[in-house]
Amino acid sequence: MKKTPLYETHLSLNAKMAPFGGWLMPIQYEGILAEHAHTRQGVCVFDICHMGEFLLEADPVSSGFDRIVTQKISSMSPGSCRYGFMLNEQGGVVDDLVVYRLKPDSWMLVVNAATIAGDEAHLRKYLPGGCVFENVSGKTGKLDVQGPQSRDVLEDIFDGSLAKLAYYTFAEFFFGKDRCIISRTGYTGELGYEVYIAHDRVKELWERLLQDRRVKPAGLGCRDTLRLEMGYPLYGQDIDTGHTPPAAGLEKFVDFSKDFIGKKALAEEQKNGPQERLVCFQAGSRRSPRHGFALYADGARIGTVTSGSFSPSLLTGIGMGYVSGEHGIGARLTVKEAGVEIPVTIVKKPFYRKPSI
Amino acid sequence: MNTPKNLLYTKDHEWARVEGKTAYIGITDYAQHSLGDITFVDMPKKAQALKQSTYCATVESVKAASDVYAPFSGTVLSVNETLSSHPELVNQSPYEKGYFFTMELSDEAEKKNLMDASGYEHYLEGIAE
Repeated sequence: MKKTPLYETHLSLNAKMAPFGGWLMPIQYEGILAEHAHTRQGVCVFDICHMGEFLLEADPVSSGFDRIVTQKISSMSPGSCRYGFMLNEQGGVVDDLVVYRLKPDSWMLVVNAATIAGDEAHLRKYLPGGCVFENVSGKTGKLDVQGPQSRDVLEDIFDGSLAKLAYYTFAEFFFGKDRCIISRTGYTGELGYEVYIAHDRVKELWERLLQDRRVKPAGLGCRDTLRLEMGYPLYGQDIDTGHTPPAAGLEKFVDFSKDFIGKKALAEEQKNGPQERLVCFQAGSRRSPRHGFALYADGARIGTVTSGSFSPSLLTGIGMGYVSGEHGIGARLTVKEAGVEIPVTIVKKPFYRKPSI
Repeated sequence: MNTPKNLLYTKDHEWARVEGKTAYIGITDYAQHSLGDITFVDMPKKAQALKQSTYCATVESVKAASDVYAPFSGTVLSVNETLSSHPELVNQSPYEKGYFFTMELSDEAEKKNLMDASGYEHYLEGIAE
């Protein structure tokens, strides 16, 4: 089991630790509900060092890099980032990622922890031999600072130009003498930033952040409830190689005006529509649907829950899952598992309607 | 962990406060701490017959659902309705405001199957090792 540079720090903060994507990560410190609320109302810092980062030097078009990502990256301006997918030839999602354009021909790719090796293999397979490609996951630390007060907190540590960062843009900043990249991005629905800094400087930045009394540490437990309330997918649960982005309701991150790996398969799927679609649903009670529970409509099995939890903001169970057949907004389904039946209603995402993003 | 002296305990981390032939039932401080924030409790019904060590309730936290087992055989007298809207009382006050239900015992001799406070503390030390 791998450990981030903050492992000992988490233990000293009495975090509950658990495995995630091959890493031993903090699930909670004070408690998931308290950390969730503090991210929605104040500001929390998350250790996200487990995620992967790749550096790439390539002309986006001639190298074929633009074909590897579903979003048009050749049109991005340096200093901006974009969320998209890498697909296989069958249109299945190899991973979701954020592409950072550092310079016209220089890129940083941020990918999920559990898929680092597979993503590297996928990229190396499609990139030409001469490309400069480096997996820098092992030396890159990442802290997510999320919440309506995140800008005020980071302005006190870095310089004031940070306030000018627009959503999905980034810039270089200095923590002491050390260069870091800060993007205005996140996975919570709140105003927030992701800070990339050398592995051996993460601990110092973490401690500096927690010196600010406004900041609390938060674990992966509330990261999951925060992202689920926004209807953001988690790779490996809500999106995978068995489903396409349109099946997951994520076609807005696919640019059909350009070529990309898997485009043919997506066009084929479009003729009759995906066999299954990802829907969001809300329970009528505090009872939570859970990953793997069955979904029924009118007594017939129609699908499976991919993500489910108690929603701290809505105070009901919420979830997502793939269903076959036509089931629109307002349709009533039943989540079933071992004698438990939870009536749910299909709703529009996001579940949480007051984000500070 | 808080382990009141006047209670009896099970290996599944339920507690019982026996008063004559009736008992208050809940989950222990250790249990609530291990589960984390409690978000939902599915209670037995009033007048429901329970059998010692078999399923009687479900307690859900943000991350997971767990079964609760009856510390005694008998009949449910009343359930703690406050928990339906304030399940956090199980975290805040596991032995008082966060009790689950009361029951009438059908066989007081079943007490021998439960641990006293020092026995339960010793049992918890074994789990920690």
